[in-house]
Amino acid sequence: MSDKRKELIVSAISNGTVIDHIPTDRVFQVIKILGLDQLSNPLYFGVNLESKKFGSKGIIKVSNKFFEHEEINKIALVAPSATLIEIRDYEVVDKRDVIIPETVDKIVKCVNPNCITNKEEVTTHFNVIYDENNVMKLSCRYCEKNTSKENIFFI
Amino acid sequence: MKNKSLVSINDYTKDEIIRILDLAESFERQPRQDILKDKVIASLFFEPSTRTRLSFESAAQQLGASVIGFSSAATSSVQKGETLKDTILTVSNYSDLIVMRHSVDGSARWASEVSPVPIINAGDGANQHPTQCLLDLYSIRKTQGTLDNLDIMFVGDLKYGRTVHSLTMALCHFNTRFHLVSPVELKLPSAVKQHIKSAKLQYEQYTELSEVIPKADILYMTRIQRERFPDPIEYEKVKNSYNLTLSMLENARPNLKVLHPLPRVNEINTDVDSSPMAYYFQQAQNGVYVRQALMAAILGRV
Repeated sequence: MSDKRKELIVSAISNGTVIDHIPTDRVFQVIKILGLDQLSNPLYFGVNLESKKFGSKGIIKVSNKFFEHEEINKIALVAPSATLIEIRDYEVVDKRDVIIPETVDKIVKCVNPNCITNKEEVTTHFNVIYDENNVMKLSCRYCEKNTSKENIFFI
Repeated sequence: MKNKSLVSINDYTKDEIIRILDLAESFERQPRQDILKDKVIASLFFEPSTRTRLSFESAAQQLGASVIGFSSAATSSVQKGETLKDTILTVSNYSDLIVMRHSVDGSARWASEVSPVPIINAGDGANQHPTQCLLDLYSIRKTQGTLDNLDIMFVGDLKYGRTVHSLTMALCHFNTRFHLVSPVELKLPSAVKQHIKSAKLQYEQYTELSEVIPKADILYMTRIQRERFPDPIEYEKVKNSYNLTLSMLENARPNLKVLHPLPRVNEINTDVDSSPMAYYFQQAQNGVYVRQALMAAILGRV
């Protein structure tokens, strides 16, 4: 199958954003984090698609929607391999990788059940830190506990 | 530091820490001064405490401040279901400064974000207890004449003990050598050890108490806290791990002092109390001067 036909498995868009190379099991999380399920824009997505790099991947296409860097970087926690492609008039005008942000606000729950953010209506805030083995963790601004990657749960 | 909340010891720079210790020295020389007589200090203890609450209230009253507040959540409107935010906003109408202890981790940071008046954290769950840390630093400096280049030994529950975590972080400013004695299950968390490494300092870990004593300037004992253990069986396994007795201090350095945040259970035998090396009761007294220094500095009166 040619690359062109593969792209067409999920409908092509004239204007908007394509998010490619999403781990296939994270597509729904990405949709939720970016709030795409709340938009009225046409939205296409595919899962379990063939990928040379990853074996299997997911893809999302959203019409007439463009993202600020900060906004899109939220998905780096679940889909660090994702690529963002901006399409205008069927042409690729920009292509970039997502970058893990320095802070993560609102979207993640603190792992500590005794944290104030899990007891009262308090918006979560985390600093992204790296341990001695360069593994990413989220450090809660309130209880100062670290949430590791496998414990990340989206609100 | 005027009008600035103190939630975590990491909120203060090395210079700010030293400034508080210097001020505390002047309050130790003259603890009764009228400098806060037009101020109202709220003391909100959602969780009970003896030493911390009474030492804050004594510190405030010796400076002439009026103290309002409660000493347990049961006697406040928390019992009616009021949120922390609402309580803090209400009390901030009646006071210039809020001292709070709460069982929930991160409650003090949250309070400092919603409160129009500064907050002093007097302990938030298992997280931070910065005034204990400051009084520990004060006690170390007072007994050793310096904070720099000391051998400091921590003994007991290094995993859950919040005082150990805060004090370790603060001591990283002062070129400390750390000697960490704990049961294997209660070792210092890796995040705190990472902090020591980032400061390019050394630590050693041990399970036996007596072999390390001759290497130390400060022997900081901690209680193994039943309430922090998720699993009671784990607590039973380690609760009697350490018991410091007078004879164990025979080979200690002459300048050694034994500190303990109190209350103690059985980790320090009462025969140690009469030794000149026992410093834990004076340590508790130093809490008053440090808290006077903090309140006066935050309220802009020094």
